[in-house]
This record gives sequence, structure tokens and C-alpha cells, in this order.
Amino acid sequence: MSRNLILGTFLSSLVLLAALLSFVWTPYDYAALNIPDKLRPPNAQHWFGTDHFGRDMFSMIMVGARTSIAVALVAVGIGVGFGVPLGLTAAARKGSWWDEVIMRGNDLVFAFPSLVIAILITAVFGAGAINAIIAIGIFNIPVFARITRGAALSLWEREFILAARVSGKGAARISTEHILPNVANLLIVQGTIQFSLGILAEAGLSYVGLGAQPPTPSWGRMLADAQTMVSFAPHLALIPGLAIIVTVLGLNLLGDGLRDWLDPRIRVART
Amino acid sequence: MLRYTLKRLLSLIISLAVASVVIFAVIEVVPGDPASFMLGVNAQPDTLAALRAELGLDVSRVQRYFNWVGGMLTGDFGTSYTYRTPVSQMIADRLWVSLPLALFALTLSTLIAFPSGIYAAARRGKPGDLTVMGATQLGIAVPNFWFAMMLVLIFAINLRWFNAGGFAGWENGLWTGLHSLTLPAIALALPQAAILARVMRSSLLDILGEDFMRTARAKGLSRRQALWRHGVRNALIPVLTIIGLQFSFLLAGSIIIEQVFYLPGLGRLVFQAISARDLIVVESVVMLLVFAVITVNFLVDLAYAAVDPRLRSRT
Repeated sequence: MSRNLILGTFLSSLVLLAALLSFVWTPYDYAALNIPDKLRPPNAQHWFGTDHFGRDMFSMIMVGARTSIAVALVAVGIGVGFGVPLGLTAAARKGSWWDEVIMRGNDLVFAFPSLVIAILITAVFGAGAINAIIAIGIFNIPVFARITRGAALSLWEREFILAARVSGKGAARISTEHILPNVANLLIVQGTIQFSLGILAEAGLSYVGLGAQPPTPSWGRMLADAQTMVSFAPHLALIPGLAIIVTVLGLNLLGDGLRDWLDPRIRVART
Repeated sequence: MLRYTLKRLLSLIISLAVASVVIFAVIEVVPGDPASFMLGVNAQPDTLAALRAELGLDVSRVQRYFNWVGGMLTGDFGTSYTYRTPVSQMIADRLWVSLPLALFALTLSTLIAFPSGIYAAARRGKPGDLTVMGATQLGIAVPNFWFAMMLVLIFAINLRWFNAGGFAGWENGLWTGLHSLTLPAIALALPQAAILARVMRSSLLDILGEDFMRTARAKGLSRRQALWRHGVRNALIPVLTIIGLQFSFLLAGSIIIEQVFYLPGLGRLVFQAISARDLIVVESVVMLLVFAVITVNFLVDLAYAAVDPRLRSRT
């Protein structure tokens, strides 16, 4: 296992654990106001300090991890759920009108500045976690469709696929039984990367007020709240920012590490 | 080359047409009538009808779509619902902030990324390379708006070298204008520079393994000479594509950065328009951004094909 994989797994699990733990335990009630204790820097009682309402930052970060992970995970799910079948069917009918429509559609979505469209979608349909998920998820579809199609196309040329066709299997069965398991590694790596991009996108959207709405804590929203207070309470901005960085860094390292680990060519080259 | 250009031009036009339909459709979904929104609940029916006619809302949806697209082609973006001024004028004013900001950031990002990418590639596997790669890994993970806040905290609040926000305006001189765009441009540029440096490094590493690099060394060039004369030049092709793509990220990214620094650019215009339900402004600004991105990608493709003839036969 590479250093990337170890560090990535460690950081990602740390965030995931914090998110899961927040369902059963947080040091304080994340929504409990405690005005006399407001804007405390990190200390023994409040490990990450308190915000302008005296809420415990550590608890808010834990619950915020939940929001970030949920949004990014479902957005990746949308990308995989729609993108992979599109990519598989496009590859199965290479060169057909269906393939052409999917590929052109992909190019089109790629050409859109995703953040602008996400802002448009959330602006029109209302701000909130669900719309943020949809807005981020839509742009994951072409990513997975393209990567699935690309990998599937080269698999279709292979002899074991020919053998499957000779034995009488149809395109649908070959796609699910032979192609899909062979592109799974690639999808896992890409999924990790899209997951980290999703975390960043969610933070950006909630920073401008188009993501999860209060009282649901989200890291982007915490940063937006911190902006006017950064001069006298820098921890309000530092801590959610570091939480985002640790998560995204962890996922990126995990993605890199997994790619090296799962790609047999690189493994052989290294040993 | 002509055939390729025409083919790409056709796909450019189709992309723009589909994009305009999508944007128009999304905006059409919004419930409520802009005219009654502007006049309030107590409006007289005839005033309402007059305003609807003035705004061009009294015709069918299809007709409205064609009026909108036709107007934009001739530079008429319609009239803002809230300000009652031409949208094209509002966009032109804001463009003078957003465009220089994106270009400033693009320049910075290139200036940071090229040397660090080349440096890392030339010292592959050594501490210098590992340091640069570690820094880029971190740079990619940093949300640019958070980085912007940290810049404000350090350079505006503590050191007082820059203003924490706002735009001084170009009329006070180029230097004053650039000065107020410096922190936003750095915030936008650094994460992009991290990506670009990685692309530069890996592109250069690919080139360094090529036969012609060995030939260059064999005919007596030093490592350094071979790297600069043959390596960097060839490695630039994929890097240029990424720079083209980054322009779109920078334009879109500036929407959020403008919020951090209270810059009167297109991003703030969009957000103000969203909260005022001034949909014609939202629609036009989004279309303009999409147009800019699609066109830049088109130009990059053309430049790419002009440099590398092999690409013309593809697609």
C-alpha cells in the first residue's frame, strides 16, 4: 500500500467516523444557543471554540460533515446511476445514433460552466440541500458516462467478450456480467474524485446561501457566517475551512492511492 | 483545416442553440408573472397589460424565446425588470470587473504553474518534486473562497496592504484598479495553478521520455538546454488546452469570489438579480457565461488543430 492510500484512507475515515458518530453523540447539542459563551476560541470545554451564538463548533463540524458527505454521496450516486448505464449502452452500440446522441449530450453538459448552472438551478427551484444535490449530480452524469464508455469500448474488442457472444449472450447480459465488473475499479477511483469535487461544490453553494438551509449546519454556511467576524474570531473561518481541506485532501489521496493500487500495470511496474 | 473548422463551427452553433433552449426553459419554470411582481398586487389590469406588452410578455413562449435569442444576436439583451435599464448596459458595466479579474487570475496561475511544473518535472522523484507535488495536492483541496477569506484576514485586516473588499474603479487609474483586484485574483489563481502545475509536470515527463529528447542529448545539448529547447515547447500543447478550460472555471469561480470581496462584477449582478427575481438579467448573464465558455473551448480546439495536424482527422 502506498503512502497516499494510507494517508487518504486515514483522513477520509476520520471524517466519515465524525459524521457517523454525530448521529449518536456530539459533545454538545449543535443547535443549542449559549450566548454568554459566544465567540470563545478553542479551549478545553469547546475543542473548536464557539460561534457567535455560543454554539459548540466541534459539534457543528461533526454534523456539517454529515451534510457534506450526504450531498456529495448522493450526487455521485446520481452520476453513477445514470452515467454508467448510458456509457454501457453507448459502448454496446458503438457508432449508432444512440451512441452519437449520448456523446454529443455529454460534450454539451461538459461545455456548461457547472457552477453557473448549479447556481441557476438552485436559484430557480429554491435553495436547499436537495436542489444542490441535483445540481451537482447532473454534472457527474457525463463524467461517468464517458469513462464507462471509453473503458467498455476497449473491453468489447477483447476475446473473452467474443467468447461470451459466441455462447449466445446478448449485449445487455454481456454489459452487466462481463463489462461492468471490469470497469468497476475505474468507477471506484473516479467516484472518489467526484466525491471530493462534490464536497467542494456543496461548500461553495452553501457559502453563497444556495445549499443546505439553517438550522442544518454545513461547512460552507459556517464560512459565510464567519466572514464578517473573521477579524476578531478567526477560528470561525479557520476550522470549517480546515475541515473541508482535510476531507477533500483525504479523498484525493485515497483516489490516487486506489488508482495505483487497483491498476495492475502500475503495480507490476513498482515491484 | 477548413473542413474541420466548419465541422467544429456547426457543433458550436448546435451547442449554443441547445444551451439557450435549456436556460430559457429553466427560467420559464419559475412560477409568477414578472409584470405583476413589478407592479405589486394592487396593479390595475390595464397597467399590467401595458407593462406586459412593454416587456414582451404578451406573446407565446416560442415567440418569446425567439425574441430573446434574436435580441441577443443584435446586442439587445432586453430590459431589466427591476432597474428598467437595458440589460446589455448592466452587463457591460460589470464585465469591466469580471473579465479583468479572470484574466488577471489566469496570468497569475500561469506564472505560478509553469515554473513549478517545469521545476518538478526536471527533479522527478527528488525532494523538490515531492514538495511541489505536495503543495499542489493541498492547493487542489483548498476551496478558493476560504482561501480568499484567509488572504483578507492576513493582508487586509492584519497587514493592511490591501482593502478587504470593494472595487476602486478603473477611472482612478490602472494601478488602483489592479490593486483592488489583486487579492481576489490570487484567491482565484492558486487552486487553478495547482492543477496547471500538475498538468505541466506530467506533460513534460511524457515528453522527456521521447526519442527526440534522447537525440537532443546525444547531439550534445546539456540536460537544461534539451529541456528548454525541446521539452518545454512540446509539453505546452496539452497545457494550453487546460488553460483554455481554466478560463471557464475562472469566470464561474469569480462569481463566488466576487461575493467574498464585494466586487461589482457579473457574479454579484446574478445574485442581486436572483434575489430581486429579475429573471431576464439572470437568463442573459448565464447565457453570456455559457457563450464565453463554449466559444473559448471552440477556439482552443481550433488552435490545437492548427498546431497539431493529426487532430484534424479525429472527431
